[in-house]
Amino acid sequence: MEAKTWKNPVIAWIDYRLPIFSMMQADLVDYPTPKNLNYWWNFGSLNGIVLVIMIGTGIMLAMQYTANVDFAFESVERIMRDVNYGWLLRYMHMNGGSMFFIVVYIHTFRGLYYGSYRAPRELLWIIGVFILLAMMATAFMGYVLPWGQMSFWGATVITNLFSAIPLIGESIVTWLWGGFSVANPTLNRFFALHYLLPFVIVGLVFVHLWALHVHKSNNPLGIDVKGPQDTIPFSPYYTIKDAFGLGAFMIVYLAFVFFAPDFFGEPDNYIKANPMQTPPHIVPEWYFLPYYAILRAITFDIWFVPAKLIGVILMFSSILILLFLPWLDRSPVRSARFRPIYKQLFWVFLADCILLGVVGGHPPEGAWIPIGQAATAYYFAHFLIIIPLLGIFEKTRTPPTSISAAVTPGGVGTKIKEAAE
Amino acid sequence: MANTVSTSPEHSGEGETRRDFLLIATSTVGVIGVALAAWPFIDSMNPAKDTLALATTGVDISAVEDGQRITVVWRGKPVFIDHRTAAQIESAESVPMDDLPDPEPDSERVEKPDWLVVVGVCTHLGCIPLGQKVGDPRGDYGGWFCPCHGSHYDTSGRIRKGPAPANLAVPPYEFVDDSTISIG
Repeated sequence: MEAKTWKNPVIAWIDYRLPIFSMMQADLVDYPTPKNLNYWWNFGSLNGIVLVIMIGTGIMLAMQYTANVDFAFESVERIMRDVNYGWLLRYMHMNGGSMFFIVVYIHTFRGLYYGSYRAPRELLWIIGVFILLAMMATAFMGYVLPWGQMSFWGATVITNLFSAIPLIGESIVTWLWGGFSVANPTLNRFFALHYLLPFVIVGLVFVHLWALHVHKSNNPLGIDVKGPQDTIPFSPYYTIKDAFGLGAFMIVYLAFVFFAPDFFGEPDNYIKANPMQTPPHIVPEWYFLPYYAILRAITFDIWFVPAKLIGVILMFSSILILLFLPWLDRSPVRSARFRPIYKQLFWVFLADCILLGVVGGHPPEGAWIPIGQAATAYYFAHFLIIIPLLGIFEKTRTPPTSISAAVTPGGVGTKIKEAAE
Repeated sequence: MANTVSTSPEHSGEGETRRDFLLIATSTVGVIGVALAAWPFIDSMNPAKDTLALATTGVDISAVEDGQRITVVWRGKPVFIDHRTAAQIESAESVPMDDLPDPEPDSERVEKPDWLVVVGVCTHLGCIPLGQKVGDPRGDYGGWFCPCHGSHYDTSGRIRKGPAPANLAVPPYEFVDDSTISIG
């Protein structure tokens, strides 16, 4: 990074002491970005913007919300009816949660397809998995705050997962609750943590971006940038592309906010929490359904290990297994474009995840049990069997020698490179 | 653009004005959009409908004797209701305007001369002046006295001496009937 001289004396004065403007110039403007990124690369910055929207609406909501079992439900109704634009803030926050997961899942599957988790971006990927985990914790606790029936029973079911831990499980659950059931202490701490975790996510995002900017973005070809002829500056090219993508995203997001605000929600959550009565059919929010299906898939004990514990272990493993993916995949190329078999099995895996989501939304009875078990088995087989084997046996195609060579073989890019040198 | 090849047509002099126009137009639309989007966030901190619904207070004044003062709460603030005696009305009406730091005739501060209704918050820094209870100091002008910084108010609630810049505010109110006032 070469030092830039700033014309404005105030900026120059600050930058000499704290090179914040040089950093912004280098990482947000000049930042060399592969010139062949497609629209799937929009979802990273989109995630950042959704996080800002969630924090912004969340802070305003926190100013009106009361974290007490006697007032929480009513304070949310007050937000909806009495607070100026409260309905808008709450619906933006509620649907923003769903949108956040849609965007983050697309971002993750983009990484899976183009091999963005491969060396030297393993740590970047791992930080991303931790962001996902932090998001899931935040979303779960946020869903408890309105203190409706689904809030209460969702909290009861999920916190009870920890009771599967041998010996100390019950004590852990009591500790999580701060009592002997989900009650006021639980709601209070969930609110505190729901406010804290987004800022932890901001910190993780910063580290995620730091790691990104070391080896720069992957690209659809999955090959390394060979020189300046392969990149374009982030501004204006990708700022404007990200802005366009943001516009398209906002149309979808706000369409839900204004025209179908309860589309992703459960009607039962507009009934105040009643610790004496469980709703007939409890489901988590849609973005947790695949994990919920995995949790319920195991209906039998294996040797001395109870089914409940296996389910819990598998559910957490379904996320944690992503941490090992960079080492499970031994393929010589990154991008699925040059992996004829992986390219197809990627879609099979995506379909399997969606199937798990469908299973998770149905009561565990009849055909849904074996379907859920098969889908769970395939989920883990994809990571533990298919991906390692593909690394050995798949006949990959040869990627182009450089990003420029892919469009102008031996042409313009090379000449510019020579001129630059 | 240290590591990248420049592809922008910066050398074409004619294109510059059009590009500038596009940049300014886009930025303007963006800034207006962000400002409009920010309004719901800002407005959510304004008083909510349930808060505004408590903004009107009805007061039964039938039991307030001649010369008696009562305090009621309106929008979280004290409102002084003073059933003035003939002497107090006389003293309020006879003050020359030149003697008042914030000139306002008594007739403009009351609906009925017998009843003075003012917000009991000192216009200096928001303390509650003394004078409502029997035995309270009422200041040099027989109205109210603010103990915080020594402002004296007269029997019309007007500032006469001390640091306060203005008279005690008169809230919007009306007589619903002879014995009931609706404030707000």
